[in-house]
Amino acid sequence: MADETMDLTLRVWRQNGPDDKGRFEEYAAEGISPHSSFLEMLDQVNERLIHQGKEPIAFDSDCREGICGTCGFVVNGQAHGPEPATTVCQLHMRNFSDGDTITIEPWRAKAFPVIKDLVVDREAFDRIISAGGYVSVGTGPKPDANAVKVPKPISDKAFDSAACIGCGACVAACPNAAASLFTGAKITHLALLPQGRPERGQRVKNMVHQMEEEGFGNCSNIGECEAVCPKEISVSNIAKMKREYLRALFTDS
Amino acid sequence: MIPLKKALTSPVGRKFVMSISGIALVLFVIVHLLGNLTLYVPDGGETFNRYAAGFEAMGPFLYVIELGLLAVILIHIGWGITTAIKNRKARPEDYDESTETKGGPSRLSLASKNMIVSGVVLGFFLIVHIWHFRVRKDFVGETTEVDGQEATNLYAMVHEAFADPFWVVFYVGCMVFLAFHLRHGFWSALQSLGAMKPEWSKAIYAIGFFVAVVLAVGFMGIPLYIYFVDLPPPV
Ligand code: HEM
Ligand code: FES
Repeated sequence: MADETMDLTLRVWRQNGPDDKGRFEEYAAEGISPHSSFLEMLDQVNERLIHQGKEPIAFDSDCREGICGTCGFVVNGQAHGPEPATTVCQLHMRNFSDGDTITIEPWRAKAFPVIKDLVVDREAFDRIISAGGYVSVGTGPKPDANAVKVPKPISDKAFDSAACIGCGACVAACPNAAASLFTGAKITHLALLPQGRPERGQRVKNMVHQMEEEGFGNCSNIGECEAVCPKEISVSNIAKMKREYLRALFTDS
Repeated sequence: MIPLKKALTSPVGRKFVMSISGIALVLFVIVHLLGNLTLYVPDGGETFNRYAAGFEAMGPFLYVIELGLLAVILIHIGWGITTAIKNRKARPEDYDESTETKGGPSRLSLASKNMIVSGVVLGFFLIVHIWHFRVRKDFVGETTEVDGQEATNLYAMVHEAFADPFWVVFYVGCMVFLAFHLRHGFWSALQSLGAMKPEWSKAIYAIGFFVAVVLAVGFMGIPLYIYFVDLPPPV
């Protein structure tokens, strides 16, 4: 069992740079262990390509344990591949069968231009965070621990929202390439906590408007974002963002 | 703090507009169906014509209501089309492998993916429908008597229209698109306003299905009833 391996055909999106048109190319992935991760499988294919003097397939990764949000591409029309609540670095080849053809594409969105092959530029997310996804803290002595009370259910909810790793799968899976789940999660996380309250109105305004500026689409409440999210961030974060925006419409802060 | 223009066109604000106009249209459609149910009363049209005459009795005030309704429709269409165009532009190059839903909480469906398609069909339907029964009423309507007063015999107009299988098929067909539009639209409108929490969403999604089916089937019943049951036998 442990020695059984699979032979697969990969259809991979290759694009030399942002201005290249790009195209699909086929590669054989032979002798793949079902226990290897998807990225280890690509490493194997890349080693062979390098030996043949060809350009390896470019893809992003860092932690390879599903916590950093660096990896991500679309596998057979599904962001991060077929398994729910999983990043593609934690996707294992046992989800596929010997002889399968697997199509691999980068996140596709105007706001996420392709840098090379499967690597996209996600700085649009950084700019949304810079627009308000933080808490301004003055310098001075450290406040007493537990001086600011946060009820447990609230802190749990804020933590669920804070679990977002910013991988961009929500945008990739959304039929409108909207960034509502990402933005909504950050807005919700900070609006729930006392430290985030003073700036909540400005924050939702600036982050939502930055989202538009970056060319993301508009949420149609389809919820495919939640379905592909490796951290299972709920669309209730989007509803919270709407309420925060509504609140900012009618208040000064 | 948020400028009016942004409040109406930002990614969140524009969906407030769509949602509120959509809910207004749903309320209108419910009232419209309730009124039209009087067509089922087998009294040769007395009840229905009295109901219709009630609107005419409103005089100029009726125009105010009609213009308001028209404005809501135009706003909903305008925002719907611009939103759809922006969404299309947000993904200039589509995936080769068509997106496959990962299931779970996703509401990706024929209805949710094609709101602009069902919407445009409904827009086309509205143009035909308003011409068919509203505009024509003022020109070619034959008259009848309601409580001693002269009134348009709208009942006869409706029956004349639905004696023609073309109109029966047209109206029934368009209502399929209404069902699809509301199947996603009802849930979407509440979520767009933020009037949602995880504990409710399943129930609201189910109510959306119920609303969509009841309204669509309710309207489909009228031409079908008239064509198959209520037409006077040919002489
Ligand atoms: C007349 C032509 C119509 C067009 C072009 C149209 C277009 C659209 C579009 C494109 C959306 C989706 C917006 C999005 O999710 O991004 C939408 C949503 C909606 N529509 Fe329509 N629609 C039309 C008629 C109607 C009618 C007759 C009703 C009610 C009976 C209706 C009720 C709704 C509702 C409740 C929503 C959900 C609002 C939301 O997502 O926030 N629409 N419409
Ligand atoms: S590489 Fe860090 S989450 Fe996949």
